[in-house]
Amino acid sequence: MLDISVAYNRYKFVGYEFLTWLWYVIEHDPAQLNHVIKENIIFTIGNRIKLQNAVHDAVETITIKGDDAGLEEGVLALKKGALVTEIHLRVTEAENEWQFTMKGESLNICNLRLPETGQIENKDDKEGAVLEKFFLHEKIMGWVDAVYVFFIKIRISPEWNDKVIPQIKKWIQQ
Amino acid sequence: MGLLSSNVSITRYQVLGQLTDPLMDNLTRLLTQNAIVEIDDEDMDQSAGWTSFEDPFTPDFTGSTFVMGSQFIFSFRMDKKAIPSKVVNKRYRQTITKRLKECGKDFLARNEKKQIKEDVIRELSLRIPATPNVYDVLWNYEKKSLWFFSTQKTANEALEIFFTKSFKLNLVRRFPYTAALESLTNFEEDMLNRLTPSHFME
Repeated sequence: MLDISVAYNRYKFVGYEFLTWLWYVIEHDPAQLNHVIKENIIFTIGNRIKLQNAVHDAVETITIKGDDAGLEEGVLALKKGALVTEIHLRVTEAENEWQFTMKGESLNICNLRLPETGQIENKDDKEGAVLEKFFLHEKIMGWVDAVYVFFIKIRISPEWNDKVIPQIKKWIQQ
Repeated sequence: MGLLSSNVSITRYQVLGQLTDPLMDNLTRLLTQNAIVEIDDEDMDQSAGWTSFEDPFTPDFTGSTFVMGSQFIFSFRMDKKAIPSKVVNKRYRQTITKRLKECGKDFLARNEKKQIKEDVIRELSLRIPATPNVYDVLWNYEKKSLWFFSTQKTANEALEIFFTKSFKLNLVRRFPYTAALESLTNFEEDMLNRLTPSHFME
């Protein structure tokens, strides 16, 4: 295994490509995600996407935010060579919704909002609340991890260059 | 920011190694030995250590209170005294003026000024309470995984150092490369190591 700090910096691009691919899949082939997770859940893009273009020497950052923001500017940035560095996602399972921001370079989950849980009214409720919260945290982490594993297996396979890159290029150029 | 907050940020780690048996006794001992030390009445400006999830201002690990289901749950607390530089400067200048008047001199030696500044900071440290920051830790010992409820760089770096110091175990942060390794064979790992960035533009 590579030195951790070297690996962190060298493979940031894998995280950025993951989020860019995820945006494409959510928009064009969401059934793939259900196939991976084997549960009836819906991933949607939330209210914020951050992209970064480091193709030239200067690093350019583009942030699109707002509940009803169009993502055309983001696609335009992709066309110029940018990749997604952060994305706000909503994940829905029946009545339950999780919201969070995922960072490409670290895969950290930030500002995670879980579905509603019961109020803590006394000390005995606390253990139940912790276990319920933990269950909801573990659920979303499990889904995100499953999608990442699916992505990484494609990313290292010939399918990435032969099929996925042309599909994403076609989407960007439309 | 904690597990029960409505809005949380999480950094995930893999824990390398295991504690020696008996596990529960050793973990209780190490948490207690490395519990947060109160500095409100001390002239220290910062302190870090483990504390209880149930009551972060009264560390107590007796009776396996940190075990919940299959997890160990406790908190990492970092206390810091923030003394405003303008307050330090005001007290420093006042003390110098007083000292000059007392000894009838026009100026003080560099060493004397340095000593006065250190004394002022020490005096203020005793009077200013530390600001606590509490971050929850969920450790699934069997799965060798640990969740830290913060993504702040300083908090994460402090946790990594303090965890290793306390338990003699290393934490490996989960990020695109390390997360990929969890699911790849040796052959696939070689392919991952050879990856180069893709370009989606024409």
